[in-house]
Amino acid sequence: MTDLRLAFLSDFADALDFIFNTREAQTGGVEVGGLAEVLDFTWEHVKISAVATGIACGVAIPVGLGLGHAGKGELLAISISNVGRAVPSLALIAFFVAYLGVGFTNVTLALVLLALPPILTNTYVGVRQVDRDVIDAGRGMGLRPDQVVRRIELPLALPSIFGGIRTSAVNVVATATIAPLAGVLTLGDYILSANVYGQDGRLAGAMLVALLAIAVELFFAAMQRLAVPRGLALQQPAG
Amino acid sequence: MLAQVEIRERSGESCIARNDFCPGWIVDNFDRYTDPLVEHVFLTVAAVACGFAIAFALAMLARRQRWLVGPIVGITGVLYTLPSLAVFFLLLPITGRGTTTALIALTAYTLQILFRNIVTGLDNVPADARDAGLGMGLTDRQLLWRVELPLALPDIVAGLRIATTTTVGLATLAVFAGAGGLGEQIVTGSNITFKTGVVAAGGLAVLLALALDVVLLTVQRLLTPWRRAQPA
Repeated sequence: MTDLRLAFLSDFADALDFIFNTREAQTGGVEVGGLAEVLDFTWEHVKISAVATGIACGVAIPVGLGLGHAGKGELLAISISNVGRAVPSLALIAFFVAYLGVGFTNVTLALVLLALPPILTNTYVGVRQVDRDVIDAGRGMGLRPDQVVRRIELPLALPSIFGGIRTSAVNVVATATIAPLAGVLTLGDYILSANVYGQDGRLAGAMLVALLAIAVELFFAAMQRLAVPRGLALQQPAG
Repeated sequence: MLAQVEIRERSGESCIARNDFCPGWIVDNFDRYTDPLVEHVFLTVAAVACGFAIAFALAMLARRQRWLVGPIVGITGVLYTLPSLAVFFLLLPITGRGTTTALIALTAYTLQILFRNIVTGLDNVPADARDAGLGMGLTDRQLLWRVELPLALPDIVAGLRIATTTTVGLATLAVFAGAGGLGEQIVTGSNITFKTGVVAAGGLAVLLALALDVVLLTVQRLLTPWRRAQPA
């Protein structure tokens, strides 16, 4: 029993060693592992995730605000998340690789498609949940429709919008792990190319991807809390 | 009719050679997807069933000890955040390669969705219904099984539907844990550039998600006859 426990602990220790010290690749010749390479892959991972999530926000938030303000397209805005959930991320990436080829742009496009639905749905729902009385009050004060969107509906929908971004970002970071299948070297390369990096590299990759996902989740959870307008925060002291 | 089939088969081969999308090939080679599909269904159903059993037990615990809700949501939240692919390999030194590892990772992912929906469902039970049950002299156990759970069923099934659909998608990654499934037809060899194969495997996963969703909706309808009796 003790042996078993020690055995798997030493696996994790070896994985840590892989992260901090370079070593010769399984295939020989080149050096792999070490902090410099880990940071390179992490940067690529964060970069493609951030670009994809950013583009998805740029598309989904305006569309969600527009649909929500007009109260139109409810079926589309709500059901797009359900349809999106049913499409496996691996199949989506594979589809882009097979039909458009490998590379940063194509993977980014696939990740954007993955990130769109939760942000669109949450923006729409967030806007629709705004108290009608507040909007009427704004109109009564002489706000134009675009001012109603920017100064009332958007701020009040922000917590819901950030909830959607958080879901999408975590999902995108998780999916960017399989990006090396499409020629983008993220942290997932440590996991998918064990023939190069070895068992230690693979376990190190799994640890790093897990940590990155948790970090992103915590970051957006904090953003979501900060996004609550002061007025709302005062109304809900427990929230 | 026969001639048509023949023409399609012959044009099918050159279609595959050109790596276009060839529906005829999928029809002719459907047998290579049956085993992965069965594995996929098993992984999904087993993971959601295990996840539901654990989440249900946790919800029953939290029903008596309300303070447990926060910590349980927090811990299952971490499990929900961890990418499945990472979990497969984090488990590797402990449980090795194979179906067990894939099942643990997929089950862990469903817990938060299921737990939250069961707790929400029980919270949404109208106090009047509970009072009426108590007034009829139901014990706590009877109250749970005859009043609270039936009324919470729509929320519980909503959770099961989300968990099932998501698990079908994640189970395509089970191939990396050595557990097979439809993902095998996408990542093994040079399959990822094989247009027809990618559409076939991905399409089957989407259809499976929709089919299981319809099954769950049907079960909900059968279990809640009183909702149908209400005028629309």
